[in-house]
Amino acid sequence: MLKESEIVVETPKAAEAGDELDRPRQTFYHKHEAVILGGAAILLTMGVWQAFWAAGKISPLFFSGPSAIAKRFWDAFRNGSLASDLEYSGLNFALGFILAALAGVVMGVVVGWYKRVSMLLGPFLNAFYATPRIAMVPLIIIWFGIGMWSKVFIVFISAFFPILVNTIGGVRAIDRDLLRCARAYCASDWQIFTSIAIPGAVPFILTGIRQGVALGLIGVVVGEMFGGSQGIGFMVAYGGQTFATDTLFVGVIIIAFAGILLTALAERLERHFSRWRPER
Amino acid sequence: MVKLDIDHVFKKYWLERSANEVLALSDVSIKVEDGEFMAIVGPSGCGKTSLLNIVAGLLPYDRGSVSIDGKQVHGPGVDRAVVFQHSSLLPWRTILGNVRFGMELQRRFDENTMKERAEQFIKLVGLTGFERHYPGELSGGMQQRVNLARALASDPKVLLMDEPFAALDAQTREFMQSELLKIWSAARKTVLFITHQINEAIYLADRVAVMSARPGKVKDVFRIPFGRPRTLSLKRDPRFLEIEDAIWQLVEEKPERIMGLALP
Repeated sequence: MLKESEIVVETPKAAEAGDELDRPRQTFYHKHEAVILGGAAILLTMGVWQAFWAAGKISPLFFSGPSAIAKRFWDAFRNGSLASDLEYSGLNFALGFILAALAGVVMGVVVGWYKRVSMLLGPFLNAFYATPRIAMVPLIIIWFGIGMWSKVFIVFISAFFPILVNTIGGVRAIDRDLLRCARAYCASDWQIFTSIAIPGAVPFILTGIRQGVALGLIGVVVGEMFGGSQGIGFMVAYGGQTFATDTLFVGVIIIAFAGILLTALAERLERHFSRWRPER
Repeated sequence: MVKLDIDHVFKKYWLERSANEVLALSDVSIKVEDGEFMAIVGPSGCGKTSLLNIVAGLLPYDRGSVSIDGKQVHGPGVDRAVVFQHSSLLPWRTILGNVRFGMELQRRFDENTMKERAEQFIKLVGLTGFERHYPGELSGGMQQRVNLARALASDPKVLLMDEPFAALDAQTREFMQSELLKIWSAARKTVLFITHQINEAIYLADRVAVMSARPGKVKDVFRIPFGRPRTLSLKRDPRFLEIEDAIWQLVEEKPERIMGLALP
């Protein structure tokens, strides 16, 4: 038998990184350079913008100023319309997105795994995927009316395709070497499916989720712009139609923050599930 | 006692592009004794990897038979395990999870036994302490140890090794060769080892079968007279060099040519 002392263990690549030791000491500024410079740029822009606005150089018909937007934001917050608009849009988005994620992953796995299903559905999926989903909004309104379900459906159809297409790609991108290995160990098709195809597809699915979040957000805004009387998208459209540029800006800023927040969440999820990857 | 009997095996490939049939294996017969370490050397394209895939049950063949303990094999089976050239580890599973993978697929052992065996073979290949690491964090040599541990843990009667060290650098390869001998002397399995490196085959094996290309045939089988345990200095022994030279002659290829061809 093998003696303990005879076993020589190589150092793993990961432990070799000695860069922690020779990294030079950093000042506070160097550590946070990006935040400091970025923050300064924002503050400067806001300051210049506000100065022009306060001096009356900007027509409120065409543009707005930081103080007016902040005031509008505060008013909307106070009278509760902001909360109810956010709730309405948030619910539309959440419902549509969850349905899209469920349907997209399940259908993607089926289409990716069964070649014949893929052949049958392929032409339809390709045609739909290539069509901008916004073009179908009028039809969707005919079907669902201008209530919340037309918005939910627009979010659904916007987020569904990127999730579906990425999931199909992930299930198909099964590693040949791993497949051969599993076969050599007498794996059944079901075992190959659960132990190789699905875990291997997870990073692809999460990429689809991230793209679906971005497109679903566009979907909810566009859906609310087309009809109805509630939600952040409606806020933007209404602000535009009544030349209330401050209201319009409040909506745009909320949408921008929602986009940043949701994309960051999706990226975190993606990183969490690919922590086994050597490069971080 | 003959453990693995490869008996008059023929394998043809149909080449789509040239609309041509190629005889990859022509009347190949190799008998491997129980507990024997058998190496097969030959230039690239001699069909040695096809032969291993046939024995593994991953590739159908046209004529002849492959049997283990006198029973003909059809398809993959729990009596064989393969150590692949590329480590073929699941990147999302830890080392422990990867060593368990073969056993989990074969469902021959209960949970406790699997746990014990995984620990036992991780220790045998010298990876204790790395159970929770992911393959991406390990060097090529360590990944091949996991590959080997996975195969041994599934308790095969015959261990099939498909150029397992070909992708490693020269130093790691030599080191892994001597490690393999230690592990093999502890595990005592019947081994069929494919390589294009003649000195690797001589150093490791009890017998070396030499194959030639187009069509793939066994030209001769050499019995390696050295006792065990063997050390790496054996590779400089005059008798070792004599056998190496004889095999070179038989392969009838210039060394540079073979090395060049054998690179992936």
